[in-house]
Amino acid sequence: MIEQRYTIGHADYANAGKVSSQIKSFLKQIGLDPTLLRRIAVACYEAEINMIIHSYGGEITLAMDENSLDLNFKDNGPGIPDVEKAMTPGWSTASDKAREFGFGAGMGLPNIKRMADTFEIQSTQSGTHVHIAFKVNE
Amino acid sequence: MDLRPLIQELNAETLILGHPRVLDRDYTCVFAADLMSDALAMVNSDCKKTLLVTGLQNAQSLRTAEMLDIDTIIYVRGKHPVQEDLKMAAEMEINVFCTSKTMYETCGILFKLGLVSAVNDD
Repeated sequence: MIEQRYTIGHADYANAGKVSSQIKSFLKQIGLDPTLLRRIAVACYEAEINMIIHSYGGEITLAMDENSLDLNFKDNGPGIPDVEKAMTPGWSTASDKAREFGFGAGMGLPNIKRMADTFEIQSTQSGTHVHIAFKVNE
Repeated sequence: MDLRPLIQELNAETLILGHPRVLDRDYTCVFAADLMSDALAMVNSDCKKTLLVTGLQNAQSLRTAEMLDIDTIIYVRGKHPVQEDLKMAAEMEINVFCTSKTMYETCGILFKLGLVSAVNDD
């Protein structure tokens, strides 16, 4: 069982994507299938960017065994007022700053869901929790 | 088509050669956008044969290419990444070119040379 934990800072645009890059490098080193690796990397990056753009910061955890890889993205709020709307492709509340960074097309959550084998999201004002999982042994 | 004539047609400047022999490699697909979210959501071609064309000259265009396994970026409208980002591109082994042509002109030239969309419908 592999477990890793990463902290994401509030509005830490300067380091946006570094955690996903580290996770991708690690999974490449252990020889994960390239197609699966790309799906994991894209989903992880989208979720990391979401945390930076929309949240007060939080934590990413990775857990992996011989059958599955789980990623949890837990932030410290302020939460998503309408999760159903946030899951609609093209719907976005991203700031101009986020758009300057190349994000805010409203494709993040739908794309994360499309990449993952399992997708769960819970959100309250005290924080959003996105859990995604991938089958690694098929 | 080999990258070398593509770069020549675009009159593009070479900023980083992540792979020494990349100019002799075959590229067949293009994705062009300034929104990286769109690239992350839509590119489904063979990434080793895909060019990312963008005017977004910051680190996130490099990160996006990295996540998608795209190894070559062409910046349009004369956009030059800062030195720090070029250093990151070199570490990632991403090839970086810059053309003064607009996105429209760049895509037109690449289309005329036979490159196709990096978004497959099937």
